[in-house]
Amino acid sequence: MSYRTPLSTARGLGSAKHGVGHWISERVAAVALVPLVIWGAYSTILLARMDYYEAVEWIRSPVNATLMVLSIGIGFMHMQSGLRVVIEDYVYSHLNKAACLLANLFVSGLAGALAIMSILKVALGGG
Amino acid sequence: MSPHLQIWRWHVTMATSILHRVTGCGLYLGGLIVAAWAISLAAGPEAYATFKALLGSPLGKVVMFGMSLSLFYHLGNGIRHLVWDFGHGLDIKSANASAWTVFGFTVAATLATWAIAFQIGAL
Repeated sequence: MSYRTPLSTARGLGSAKHGVGHWISERVAAVALVPLVIWGAYSTILLARMDYYEAVEWIRSPVNATLMVLSIGIGFMHMQSGLRVVIEDYVYSHLNKAACLLANLFVSGLAGALAIMSILKVALGGG
Repeated sequence: MSPHLQIWRWHVTMATSILHRVTGCGLYLGGLIVAAWAISLAAGPEAYATFKALLGSPLGKVVMFGMSLSLFYHLGNGIRHLVWDFGHGLDIKSANASAWTVFGFTVAATLATWAIAFQIGAL
């Protein structure tokens, strides 16, 4: 028999049933970022000594363009989900929390999309 | 403020937890710097030269040094979290040891990166 009253059943509708999938997708992004970030640090010091034309040449290599797009795409997803947890923990007011979560999503989405489009433009020959 | 912040003795696992969040928030800015790099590259030689001059300035180098410290810390401690997610190393002794390992890795990887950057003439 169940010890829950009908009211408690109605109020607590239970879990959303997709928490595990969300939790795992956060970890998958984190695992993917381990090699990408090491490659990113290496690429940063290579790019630091290149001028504009050498950097354009560098990003036109399909391997570099692909890894850069993946790093930025997965990196911005990871940034968004990480800051989301921080906002959920520290911003108590419902309205402020919603505003912060939306700002986080829109800033990371816009910056990530701009960065990826910029890389594709240069890599595909428009730069 | 929660009373536990005033009465608890500081311990290393507490510091690693707080630092993981702090460096994560710092790296959010780092992500925006990477986006600015891509956007300035697409904008052309002049915009790219301005971007490089900003990052190459003394203040830019200080920011990038902080970013490299944060990146390697968050990377090392992130792997520590992934190991925990598999259920390993959760006892206090292992958690303390892995905390100090992460600190050691952070310093070593940051210094090695800047040494290589210096050696190949990237600074």
